Amino acid sequence: MSDSQHKQKTSLHSQATQALPDFHYHTAGKFPATQMTQTDPRRIQNSGLEDESRDQSQSSSTGMRLIVPLQGIVQGRGGLILGSVIPCAMYYILQFYLKRLRSPPNPPEQQTSNPSSPTPSSSNLAELSRSASRSNLLSRRPRLSSRVHSIAKSNDSPYYIGLDKASADPYDRFSNPNGVIQLGLAENRLTLDLIENWITNDSILGAGGGLSVNGIAAYQPFDGMPELKVAMASYMSQVVGRTVSFDPSQIVLTSGATPAIEILCFALADQGNAFLIPAPYYPGFDRDMKWRTGVELIPVHCRSSDNFTLSIPVLDQAYNQARKRGHKVRGILLSNPSNPVGNLMTREILFSLLDFAREKNIHIISDELFAASTFGDEEFVSMAEIIDSEETDKDRVHIVYGLSKDLSLPGFRVGVIYSYNESVLTVSRKMTRFSSVSAPTQRLVTSMLSDTTFIKNYTEKNRERLRCIYELFVEGLNELGIGCTKSSGGFYCWVDMSGLIRPYNEKGELDLWDKLLNVAKVNITPGSSCHCIEPGWFRCCFTTLDEKDIHVVIERIRLVVETCKSPS
Amino acid sequence: MEASNNNNRSLLSKIATNDGHGEKSPYFDGWKAYDANPFHPQRNPDGVIQMGLAENQLSFDLIQEWIEANPNASICTREGVSGFKETAIFQDYHGLPEFRTAVANFMNQVRGNRVKFDPDRIVMSGGATGAHETLAFCLADPGEAFLVPTPYYPAFDRDLRWRTGVNLLPVVCESSDNFKITKEALETAYEKANLANVKVKGVLITNPSNPLGTFLDRETLKDVVNFINDKSIHLVCDEIYAGTVTTGDEFVSIAEVIKDDPACNLDLIHLVYSLSKDMGFPGFRVGIVYSYNDHVVSIARKMSSFGLVSTQTQHMLASMLSDDKFVENFISKSRIRLACRHDMFTRGLAQVGIGSLESNAGLFIWMDLRRFLKEPTFESEMTFWRIIINEIKLNVSPGQSFHCSEPGWFRVCFANMDDETTMVALWRIKSFVRKNRNLEIKTKKQFWQNNQHLRLSSRRLDDILTPHRMSPHSPLASPLVRAQN
Repeated sequence: MSDSQHKQKTSLHSQATQALPDFHYHTAGKFPATQMTQTDPRRIQNSGLEDESRDQSQSSSTGMRLIVPLQGIVQGRGGLILGSVIPCAMYYILQFYLKRLRSPPNPPEQQTSNPSSPTPSSSNLAELSRSASRSNLLSRRPRLSSRVHSIAKSNDSPYYIGLDKASADPYDRFSNPNGVIQLGLAENRLTLDLIENWITNDSILGAGGGLSVNGIAAYQPFDGMPELKVAMASYMSQVVGRTVSFDPSQIVLTSGATPAIEILCFALADQGNAFLIPAPYYPGFDRDMKWRTGVELIPVHCRSSDNFTLSIPVLDQAYNQARKRGHKVRGILLSNPSNPVGNLMTREILFSLLDFAREKNIHIISDELFAASTFGDEEFVSMAEIIDSEETDKDRVHIVYGLSKDLSLPGFRVGVIYSYNESVLTVSRKMTRFSSVSAPTQRLVTSMLSDTTFIKNYTEKNRERLRCIYELFVEGLNELGIGCTKSSGGFYCWVDMSGLIRPYNEKGELDLWDKLLNVAKVNITPGSSCHCIEPGWFRCCFTTLDEKDIHVVIERIRLVVETCKSPS
Repeated sequence: MEASNNNNRSLLSKIATNDGHGEKSPYFDGWKAYDANPFHPQRNPDGVIQMGLAENQLSFDLIQEWIEANPNASICTREGVSGFKETAIFQDYHGLPEFRTAVANFMNQVRGNRVKFDPDRIVMSGGATGAHETLAFCLADPGEAFLVPTPYYPAFDRDLRWRTGVNLLPVVCESSDNFKITKEALETAYEKANLANVKVKGVLITNPSNPLGTFLDRETLKDVVNFINDKSIHLVCDEIYAGTVTTGDEFVSIAEVIKDDPACNLDLIHLVYSLSKDMGFPGFRVGIVYSYNDHVVSIARKMSSFGLVSTQTQHMLASMLSDDKFVENFISKSRIRLACRHDMFTRGLAQVGIGSLESNAGLFIWMDLRRFLKEPTFESEMTFWRIIINEIKLNVSPGQSFHCSEPGWFRVCFANMDDETTMVALWRIKSFVRKNRNLEIKTKKQFWQNNQHLRLSSRRLDDILTPHRMSPHSPLASPLVRAQN
């Protein structure tokens, strides 16, 4: 699930960036201001989208209830043609009527909204750009699938725009000192030298061993070679702590965590079913989980007042709301350590989550990609440890892991599904035929993971270096008067710039993001891309930085901060 | 166990619980038989020989040789470690630029450099399997369909349909026609779909064909291109066996046909390629989507994050495939070796009067065993197939698993084994035929009585002492068919 497989270099995107803020103003008029007061901007955007689909499904079901008996009546007399034409026409008229009746969307939950964001706003950018791209596409002659059209929306998100921009003009201390500094990508450059050393000096690949593709060029098991599963299981135990043991037979290997999560979605949910997901969450999930599976994601909004930690009452509320809207909730997706916030889930909350899942009879997918990249004082607790102590309900828990983050090998595409559910494992194994790991890479990684001394050393050094660079970065931000939540794991700082945005809403946030990207040339991810309910938060990845670059970043941010503070 | 499974199932998706993966089909019995008792020349000489796997192991030594001679191509050697950092961390789904260039170059060379592929249109996917699924996701919505000429690769049913919800509709091609794709057959299938109210989104052809081992001539390809342009539907052309054509220069890629056809709407043309067959390393999982439609390129690229090729592998292949001398040598040597094995196998079969469709591509032959069936039905094909697996102990694939319209054809793969194993397989077939000669002649008499068409194909066994590519028993070689041509 690397953030950055998405570095597409199209000039179109950067144009869209600049168009963003204006877009907002123009759309503002579309909504009656009176309805918008006391509502949270992002809530409107989300619920607007959800409501659109809900309306459709409701109207269609109402329609069908009318049409089925009608069809019977008409078919009795008018035969096949009348029997199909008349109900169809009526159905469309009815749908059109219902749609008019219901717009503009003004769902009841808007009224009970967040007092911390009093300003009205109008972030219907997503809907607009989507419908625009739809109409463009519809005029093309050979028609593609509707999935193709659905992607257009996520492509215009600032997350992808920023990534494109940074990869088009990447900063380099020597060769391109005026380039864009990339803080939007999950990439850890701090410890690769250790692996290089290992290959050069200690590699048990031996002379010519790293070369040999003997015996692995032929078809291999799609779900991974047995020896890598064994090595992976012991590596995972090492990462999580010696108390938990992982069973190689419960491992399914995929080409990265992206397909791992998608495969679980395919296996656990039907089109239209939903997963609850604590927000803010990794922006790539919208594409990875929803796009081809047709699954819905329902954010469970965590707030700054709780340090963005998840609580059961909030989860319960989200669950009930989703049910009320007609969604069938199939599971919860957790990311622990959290991306983007960087906090860890406590043992207590994990136990209560399991109780919750049991009570509602739903699944838990626990994304533990950053398990070995913790650097705080807090203890990382894997869902595997929780489930180990339970007798029942093991088969509703599925863990996603990979080597992209913890071993800094995003290019190698090694992802893991670890499930306790035999049926899920069986289906996942079959689905890996679409996304298996290349055999030479499996062989290399196997020998790397089997060298436990190297792995131990690597993990320790990696933690040290993460902590060091994190502290430097936070210190720099603090000098500018910018705070952030306490991160204990992962590659990110969750930065609070809410004091710098004007107006205090998503538009203000995107204005600041735009300035940082285009003036200061620093690409960070705005909270809105992570579905954060409060405006003004940003995700900054600090592991792409060298110690020597930190002051450059801080100085660049300072520029923008000062223009924001000075009355203009 | 069953009970708890049912319990689970309520919690799983329809995709997880339906049998769209197709592994419940009886054809998997052959694989199970092989897995339970695999042949080994010394350790298990009576085991089942795997002839159901289209794998090219004949030229692997050339690749190993190259890798050993070029240690700097691998990032996990001392010589190549300097490239490690940037390669390991590279996560752009466009793929390494040098990898795309090298693959395009290789694709050109396989097609005799008569066409030029654009590296910017190369999209990675997890093997050809992933490439097909990606295209199905891009081109069709659930419930819509592709037309596929039969016989076709059985796993298409899973790869294209399972997760996408897309349908495949057969275009019936017949042995009397050498299984050629005709305009009429395409039209018929299209009409049939229309009548059934199924929206046809495209045609999927494999060229060279799996399982037939034949490739399409220019005229047929033109017909197909005209057909899809008329209907304004897509054409997915799977050319993963392009490099296995033993008469290399005769192979015509769809890329050549559309180059010469200015009227063709390029937005409709999409290619699937892979290195699994031509280079013989399916374990590397390199699949390619090559589309002439910009929009599909861009969307498929975004989808490629669900099945990217490891950058370590990309890096190595980039240097391997841009070594023109190696590629040229590899392609020509591989062709010669495949041709030798093909001849060795078909000649051996001909000695006992078993024919096959005349072919010069692929890693398999399409074996004609119609005269061994008690009745010309799929039930007796299945019965005879079980005899092949359990008594002759060869895992071959029955025609019905390829949706073949006529019983009695079997796909036999010949490139996934060494010469010795091939000899054992041939010997087993020969001794079976000799042992059962009486039985066979008896069945032939039955055919005479109730099947005019098949009588043409049943001449006396002893007629064939000279090696033939195609059995004189096959109706394809019968005087009547010749006269028609």
